[in-house]
Amino acid sequence: MSKITGSQAIIKCLQEEGVDTIFGFPGGAVIDLYDELLDSDIKHVLVRHEQGAVHAADGYARATGKVGVALLTSGPGATNGVTAIATAYMDSIPVVVFTGQVPRALIGNDAFQEVDIVGITRPCTKHNYLVSDPNELVATIREAFYLASSGRPGPVLIDLPKDVVASMMSFPERKPIKMKTYQPTVDPHPGQVEKACKACLKAKRPVLYIGGGVILSDANKELTELAEKLSVPVAMTLMGLGGFPGTNPLSLGMLGMHGSYASNMAVAKSDLLIAVGARFDDRVTGRLDAFAPHAEIIHIDIDPTSISKNVDVDIPIVADCKHALRAMNSWFDDSKEFAPKAMKEKHQPWLDQVRQWDEKHPLTYRDEGDIIKPQYVIEVLNKLTGGDAIITTEVGQNQMWAAQFYKFNEPRRLLTSGGLGTMGYGLPAAIGAKLAFPDKTVIDVAGDGSIQMNIQELATARQYNAPVKVAILNNGYLGMVRQWQELFYNKRYSATVMEITPDFVELAKAYGAVGLRATKKDEVEPVIQEALATDKLVIMDFAVSREEGVFPMVPAGKATTEMLLV
Amino acid sequence: MKHTLSVLLQNKPGALSRVTGLFSGRGFNIESLCVAETLDPRVSCMTLVTRGDDSIVEQITKQLHKLIDVIKVTDITEGEFVEREMVLIRVKAEANTRAEVLRVIDIFRGKVVDVSPTTYTVEITGPESKIKAVIDILRPIGIKEIVRTGTIAMARAPKN
Ligand SMILES: Cc1ncc(C[n+]2csc(CCOP(=O)(O)OP(=O)(O)O)c2C)c(N)n1
Ligand SMILES: [Mg+2]
Repeated sequence: MSKITGSQAIIKCLQEEGVDTIFGFPGGAVIDLYDELLDSDIKHVLVRHEQGAVHAADGYARATGKVGVALLTSGPGATNGVTAIATAYMDSIPVVVFTGQVPRALIGNDAFQEVDIVGITRPCTKHNYLVSDPNELVATIREAFYLASSGRPGPVLIDLPKDVVASMMSFPERKPIKMKTYQPTVDPHPGQVEKACKACLKAKRPVLYIGGGVILSDANKELTELAEKLSVPVAMTLMGLGGFPGTNPLSLGMLGMHGSYASNMAVAKSDLLIAVGARFDDRVTGRLDAFAPHAEIIHIDIDPTSISKNVDVDIPIVADCKHALRAMNSWFDDSKEFAPKAMKEKHQPWLDQVRQWDEKHPLTYRDEGDIIKPQYVIEVLNKLTGGDAIITTEVGQNQMWAAQFYKFNEPRRLLTSGGLGTMGYGLPAAIGAKLAFPDKTVIDVAGDGSIQMNIQELATARQYNAPVKVAILNNGYLGMVRQWQELFYNKRYSATVMEITPDFVELAKAYGAVGLRATKKDEVEPVIQEALATDKLVIMDFAVSREEGVFPMVPAGKATTEMLLV
Repeated sequence: MKHTLSVLLQNKPGALSRVTGLFSGRGFNIESLCVAETLDPRVSCMTLVTRGDDSIVEQITKQLHKLIDVIKVTDITEGEFVEREMVLIRVKAEANTRAEVLRVIDIFRGKVVDVSPTTYTVEITGPESKIKAVIDILRPIGIKEIVRTGTIAMARAPKN
């Protein structure tokens, strides 16, 4: 068999995996690979900071369901990527990150731009590798893609010593990957499925509590089928939004710390909680002993460690969400004890109760004449995009308002850093999503603080013709932290006032983008219209009411029924 | 409660630190840890002693399983098992205590493996309880140094 270089082997592996776009930033340790990239048909997107590369790969992955790929140099290139790797890890996003490394002979010598990135990322990757034998390079890359995208997905890092990439090697034929130490359980145990379905038949006040797992396993259709078949209301986590249509009458919207009144009440009063691809995060459960205290709990998750980690589960189902939901749907279809109509009638009093909660305290805000309310901006974005844009967010109040007021009817429309809460995620992720779907409107709902964390990626958006729209809800504060200070620290605004922010309209111009500003309510709609009408990169600067809060709010450590309301 | 876990893992660089990193990162405690190659040099066996209530040990077991390098995890405390630990103790052995030291280690079936004008170094093997008993008895005589291996354990073979 003829031999090829490590660089050539890596490119061939990427082609095998169907990778069309990678995000990266070069340096000495990866210069060979960059040289080879020039001759390949893989599109390389040069970001302006390595954090941006991995976030963009992550946004690409969330939007498409495919594996996102990033390429970073050794040392500072690799460490710059760590926050974004941890972001992908916390939200179980399939990403493969290649990092350059010093030649094998120098490893451990504190060589120039050497860092133990495998050691550093061990706790924030699904798995990682240092390729120490050229003959293992190809197998390692194949395994990395397999690990990243199967089971509970996650980021995988491959550290590439420079001399390994430069060596000659054969390119073995591709075979199906079998790992004896890694065999995720995909199909549910039929006995557990039956138990779960029987519990559903008995329940009077059931609630579906769905998370990012539904989206990761593309189970939204199966989920919707189950919810409608059984007439069960659906509460979604931040990561689960879009897993069930937000405008469906059975939707309770988001639950948890900034969830809707109806969703938190419904969970608290439920007698059966059906958790699907969710992990009982503290932002969802609030005080644990008060979370769904009367409910029997069914938990479907592909990761056994998620089950009974925070909350004891009565009926665990370890499986891919899609497979488990399918099995439940067909159990009901085959069951003689079950009729959708009778079930709906049985649940009617519960559905009425849930609707009353929603009518009593709907998601809302106070209008104040001319002043731009941030929630209003999201409502207009929702209206003018028909609820069909890809929305990325930064972190803070902007993120919560986007989650509350944009109505996500489809999966993979909300790309947001849920688990790690990484400010600076939204813009690079939006670029990744836009490059995957050039014909879709992609909007980064941003805060004036967060946008400055990766603002440099505006240049990337320009260079690669990724005309995303950035909507800054400019409150002049690190608003979410300010809100906590207002509520729990006597309004002592320590380090949350953004005394200096750039003029975002001028900044847009400096990057060759369009800058638009609205300072009054009636300017919001025209600004958004203009932004959507142009095919250029746009920054919209909305001067919103400065001390607006996100409500409902469950104070940290409180029961989810103890909500502060508007 | 004390649990002894037997973990088979791939004998690869970094595999051990994945396990120890898991314990420190998630706040699980490790009382002792022993690891060495099995008959198959590509596989290591680790005996890990930890403490925690059932739900914590269940989490530990699942988290260990989730590590890609881990092949098998058995909580051997769930069934019958044998456990052994070895200790080296350097104990003061002067004219007036030498006989006493020898008598004690004889009772515990230990042996003297090194001698100096003022000390004996003794080797004793047994379950943790026995090691503890020896230490308690030798302490008043004067222990100068002590090195323990940590526990290794094996489930008992089925009787039929
Ligand atoms: C990288 C990072 N640093 C700090 C935080 C803590 N934090 C959470 S929200 C927030 C305020 C964000 O301010 P801004 O982007 O203006 O959004 P707003 O809440 O005002 O909408 C901060 C500092 C974080 N989530 N991420
Ligand atoms: Mg702000």
